[in-house]
Amino acid sequence: MEFRTYSSPHLPATGSVSRMMGFVLLALLPGSLCAVWLFGWGVLINILLAGLAAIAAEAAMLAARRRPVLPALQDGSALLTGVLLALALPPLAPWWIPVIGSLFAIVIAKQLYGGLGYNPFNPAMAGYVVLLISFPLELSLWPATGRVLDLQDTLLLVFSGSLPDTLTLDAITMATPLDAVKTHLGLSETLSEIQGSGVFGSFAGAGWEWLNLWFLLGGLWLLQQKIIKWQIPAGMLAGLFLTALLFYAWNPDIYASPLFHVFSGAAMLGAFFIATDPVSASTTPHGGLYYGLGIGVLTYVIRTWGGYPDGVAFAVLLMNTAAPTIDYYTRPRVFGHDGS
Amino acid sequence: MAERANIQNASQQTFDRFYRFHGGLKLAGHRELTVTVPIAPADIPPLLVLPLLQHIGEPAEALVKPGDSVRTGQMIARPVGMVSAPVHASGSGTVVAVEPHPVPHPSALPADCIVIETDGRDQWLEAAGGLPDYRSAEPQVLLERIREAGIVGLGGAGFPTRVKLASGKRAIDTLIINGAECEPYITCDQRLMRERATEIIEGVRILQYIVQPEACTIAVEDSMPAAETALRDALEMLQETGISVTRIPTIYPTGGERQLIKVLTGREVPSQGLPADIGIICQNVGTAAAVYRAVCMGTPLLSRIVTVTGSGILSPRNLEVRIGTPLSHLISACGGYTQDVERLLIGGPMMGYAVNSDAVPVIKTTNCILAVTREEMPAPPPALPCIRCGRCTEVCPADLLPQQLYWYAHSDNYDAAQDYDLFDCIECGCCAYVCPSHIPLVQHYRHAKTEIWAQEKQRRKSDLARQRHEARLERLERIKQERAEKMASKKQALSQDAGGPDPRQAAIQAALERVKRKKEQAGVSPGNTDNLTPEQRQQIAAADQRRAAQQTGDGQAE
Amino acid sequence: MLTALLALGTLAAVIGLVLGYAAIRFRVESDPIVDQIDALLPQTQCGQCSYAGCRPYAEAIAAGEAEINQCPPGGAATIQALADLLGQDPKPLNPEHGVHSEKTVVVIDEQACIGCTLCIQACPVDAIVGAAKQMHTVIASECTGCNLCIPPCPVECIHIVPVKATILTWTWPKPADSSTLEAKHG
Repeated sequence: MEFRTYSSPHLPATGSVSRMMGFVLLALLPGSLCAVWLFGWGVLINILLAGLAAIAAEAAMLAARRRPVLPALQDGSALLTGVLLALALPPLAPWWIPVIGSLFAIVIAKQLYGGLGYNPFNPAMAGYVVLLISFPLELSLWPATGRVLDLQDTLLLVFSGSLPDTLTLDAITMATPLDAVKTHLGLSETLSEIQGSGVFGSFAGAGWEWLNLWFLLGGLWLLQQKIIKWQIPAGMLAGLFLTALLFYAWNPDIYASPLFHVFSGAAMLGAFFIATDPVSASTTPHGGLYYGLGIGVLTYVIRTWGGYPDGVAFAVLLMNTAAPTIDYYTRPRVFGHDGS
Repeated sequence: MAERANIQNASQQTFDRFYRFHGGLKLAGHRELTVTVPIAPADIPPLLVLPLLQHIGEPAEALVKPGDSVRTGQMIARPVGMVSAPVHASGSGTVVAVEPHPVPHPSALPADCIVIETDGRDQWLEAAGGLPDYRSAEPQVLLERIREAGIVGLGGAGFPTRVKLASGKRAIDTLIINGAECEPYITCDQRLMRERATEIIEGVRILQYIVQPEACTIAVEDSMPAAETALRDALEMLQETGISVTRIPTIYPTGGERQLIKVLTGREVPSQGLPADIGIICQNVGTAAAVYRAVCMGTPLLSRIVTVTGSGILSPRNLEVRIGTPLSHLISACGGYTQDVERLLIGGPMMGYAVNSDAVPVIKTTNCILAVTREEMPAPPPALPCIRCGRCTEVCPADLLPQQLYWYAHSDNYDAAQDYDLFDCIECGCCAYVCPSHIPLVQHYRHAKTEIWAQEKQRRKSDLARQRHEARLERLERIKQERAEKMASKKQALSQDAGGPDPRQAAIQAALERVKRKKEQAGVSPGNTDNLTPEQRQQIAAADQRRAAQQTGDGQAE
Repeated sequence: MLTALLALGTLAAVIGLVLGYAAIRFRVESDPIVDQIDALLPQTQCGQCSYAGCRPYAEAIAAGEAEINQCPPGGAATIQALADLLGQDPKPLNPEHGVHSEKTVVVIDEQACIGCTLCIQACPVDAIVGAAKQMHTVIASECTGCNLCIPPCPVECIHIVPVKATILTWTWPKPADSSTLEAKHG
């Protein structure tokens, strides 16, 4: 009797890429809902626009490269890139912001390098940084937490750029806690003076602390499900926390507290969802720690002394360049070798 | 990172502590199909096909030719060199061919085999007999018996046992008997331990006598309680205190020699080295039982236990099979195939290979036949690109970076793959099993390894061809040179003596003068004209007269 | 202006001296390039590259007189290796010089051989054993498959046979996009 031949191992496959991406999207759900609660419909519109643009861009690029389109779309990586980008963008940004960002992320930062698995840089962060540098004004307009626009007004603002007569941009936008702290410190105020101004909430920035907390919980679930490894988030949070602690201990008046840093901006989103993007991160176990540490330290440096209120995106991209070197120097000792 | 024990001189090797190797997987055992069914003997098939290469090393050399009649147990191929093993007829009958025949190998290529048409009578050769009192013999004698019996490692690798037992390196302090059958579906070793524990232990005793270790243990997994009990009972019955039984955690691939040694002793076998380098020998339980039969009963290796299992078999079970039996015969003995059978594997589901035909024979290293339906093992989904998730690194028992090996093997960068220790890969399949992109990683590594070997072979051949070519050019050059010299000296001789006396005459004259001078120098004169008798003087005078007469006659004639 | 000129000039001179010193002091002796190129060639000595053997071809490549894609027995693998060594771009094999084919050796049909030694004189690696009026035979393990012995043979008794793969020389095929194994023969 004749049989077909296959390659070993022959036991049925367990995990899959689409399952991994699916889990990550699920883990983003609590944080995303919190964002909608804090900032309004704009978050959902961003997610929709960015997600659709990402999928469309991926399909178009794969067709142009003559690769099979449907299997690649089914792995969910394009959708995830779009969603992560959307969560990083201000919810009141015009509609073309998430679209351009997604297009850049998928077409240039991912497909032109070879598609899934070949990009050296995190596509979502590459898209975000391009937007930040090209359209700095649009990317600094965060809504005031609690002053949520209704759906109709949000759609109007996002798609036509105009507000109803009763509202002005000033009335509905507010600086993020990081932005506020940076500005006030720049004006030589001390943190204790800023304390009273409503920037801070219970343990970190107002509103943003809850957002980060939900992302933290989602991330911990991902860890428990073994979708991500603990080294990168631990490294990043440790890097950020310890560096902040160092400076805070030195001068608490002009350096924000470590707790503030760890629960503000994109710290938790970055630690569990962005820095852990397997394609662009370090891949050895020890390397993940150093990679995460580097991101944490760089984030703090950019936040404190750099030109932007949040440094996660730049930090991730900078450490992406270092990932191959980190991998090279953190190769594990092979079984039966001396360790030299 | 898994720790290592710093034990160099393990005279106090105990087995009460387990070390961990990095990675590994907990797999579903799939053993219930066959583990409770006793071993049944398979009958001798009408045709036995015995490959000359069933082991690691040089193929054996056939001693029989078509038409010869052979008896069961007769050596029909002798070992060639040190690392080789003989082949014995596993049934009596007539040799019908010594020719290439399909053999169990992933390539489906043929190899030289001896084909025997059995006569159904199973007539055994009158053997030299066993040596039940083996302690009265020198270990060397027992080693010879083991070699003559054709015993090779029955755990799957097939290394000639005699070579392993006496590799001549440093003294052995630990003997490990491997009963840790870690691949799913396979139960042949387990059944052997449950049914023939005394044979195994007797075999281990013989090995102990040869190797003289300080510590000896049989490793069983904690998922085999019945096997463990059987061994302990047998040890008690035989009142054996020098062999212990160690129960180890069931993690794939603990049954691999290097991983088992690490788990039991904490020592790591050096890369590209042997366990004997660190004073350890590891033998499979089946090999131990075969050693007992060879030494104490004088029976060469003619049969082995094979697990025939999977959803593609009607009545899966373990069979005691004569070496050379075609797989199709075994499967019929187990009720035949089920309806939707789609894949046929030799070996286990992790490291075994698929074959496209059941016409190949069982050889000494065939431990399992796995026939499965599409439902049990669906066709793997197409491979996606590597997303660099690192799960493969997490499970690799050799502490490698399978991801990097994949990237380099995939892009044919063999130098870099070797740099990342490609040849330390044991091909266990853990990495491919967890890969979310379903990349056939093990096949990539196997491809890279065989390509590297082929390239090295080619390079050696090229170097040899270059040497031969250069030698040939040198030889031609030398011949040309010699000819030119001869020509030149001839020309010179001609040009020197142009117009003078005939050079040949001159040469003869010169030679005569040389001889004369030598004679004078040596003071030699022919001594045969001294001390002549008067008769001799008369004869000489007569001859002189005759010569003188002839000369004047000549002169007158002229 | 002057200070700038002086400063840059001095800097250039100093760095130039340092580099010059390093070039001499830390020089690494490596094989001449011809040897390195020759080491990558398959040593078939067939002459299909239009040179009299592998060494002359290597010398021609080193002198820049020959392209790296002229060796059919080496095939794409050799072209790639040469490209890597010389820092050039790999090119496809030049079809004017032949096509890359499976490895072959030659066999002399002993019934037809007349013992003329013409093939022995032609073999670049002396892989044919024999003498005048004696039987000639090819040492298969030394034959490089160059086929230079075939034209001189007056009775056409030399035949090309492919080298068959055995289970010891077989290589696992590289996985394609699907994971179906197909046995690679040769």
